[in-house]
Amino acid sequence: MDPIFYTLQDFMTHTESVTYLLVIATLIGMTVFWWFLTGKDKD
Amino acid sequence: MAQVTTGERKSIFSLFNFIALIVLGVGVYLTYLRFTGGLASVTNLSDYNPWGIWISFDLLCGVALAAGGYVTSSAVYLFGMKQYHSAVRPAILTGFLGYALVFLAINYDVGRPWRLPYPLVVQQGTTSVLFEVGLCVATYLTVLFIEFSPAAMEWLGLKRARNIPIYFFVTSIVAGLSMVIFESTLSHRFFAYKMDETHLKEASGVTLGFGKAASYVLAGYFAIKVLGISAENHWHYLKTGYGTWYLVELLGFVALPSLLYAFGVRTKSLTLIKFTSVLAILGVILNRFNISLVAFNWQLPAGERYFPHWMEIGISVFIVMIGLLLYRFIATRMPILYEHPDYKDAH
Repeated sequence: MDPIFYTLQDFMTHTESVTYLLVIATLIGMTVFWWFLTGKDKD
Repeated sequence: MAQVTTGERKSIFSLFNFIALIVLGVGVYLTYLRFTGGLASVTNLSDYNPWGIWISFDLLCGVALAAGGYVTSSAVYLFGMKQYHSAVRPAILTGFLGYALVFLAINYDVGRPWRLPYPLVVQQGTTSVLFEVGLCVATYLTVLFIEFSPAAMEWLGLKRARNIPIYFFVTSIVAGLSMVIFESTLSHRFFAYKMDETHLKEASGVTLGFGKAASYVLAGYFAIKVLGISAENHWHYLKTGYGTWYLVELLGFVALPSLLYAFGVRTKSLTLIKFTSVLAILGVILNRFNISLVAFNWQLPAGERYFPHWMEIGISVFIVMIGLLLYRFIATRMPILYEHPDYKDAH
């Protein structure tokens, strides 16, 4: 299940890739959440 | 203002524009030489003199230019010197351009500028001082871009998008929001007779506004925590007993209050927001306890683990009680929950 890393380079490439995908998801998610949070202000 | 509305345009064939054209033309040619022939083709830099005019002038002077941006915005927004408000935008624009041009100049000065994103994306050069410098420049350039963006948004007619940096600014200053909501709940229960009309009228607005900000801050905090696990690749710890407890904190006392605040704000339910503030405060307390007690020395055998003596707890309760009594003493005597009649509108 968990990947095996032989070098620091392997480890960094793997974790950084996962992290940057999560960063993108976070940026989108926070925007959507903000819309949800302020959605009824216009009423 | 008059210059904008008259729409008068000078001829583009001016002396300044002529000089600018020459400078740009020469610059483009030198850029071509620099990036095809390398540093040696356009500079006198050597191993003895690795820092030249690009560092002295472009970088160090460019950064100094940017100081006007934070000095002026601190004066106006942090120290409340509103009389300088009109100077903020020009100062931030100067700062933003100064920093952006520093970045441009660095691309010329470093040997392989296309490797600039490497420390952020490919490999962290955490032993390099320049990694820290690069991170600072990138961060401050981002901040200046956000600070400057309202002007660009207004120019492009993007009214709603224009407000985003202000929301970011507000959410960043409000970290102790839940405590304010909770404290205000208690004050309303026990000191309502002390409150003037303004205070009572604004109270629900304060609760709703602070609840909204708290919801968003908690959501951001949740995201940072998840990114923290990912950056260290610590996912496997979540399967352990401590990991489960960590998830209880993260889901039950961060994600849940964030959502409950959001529902409370959307349905304008003050009761839900006030209840959530207690949950959020408990979450902060749980977090501090988890860090400093529960997970601290976790590998010790059970018999060696710490649990406070009742007298330690007694002192802690004593100190909290002093705080409550001082608050009551002050709030029932000084003008805290109302404005002093002699000093109306003086704040």
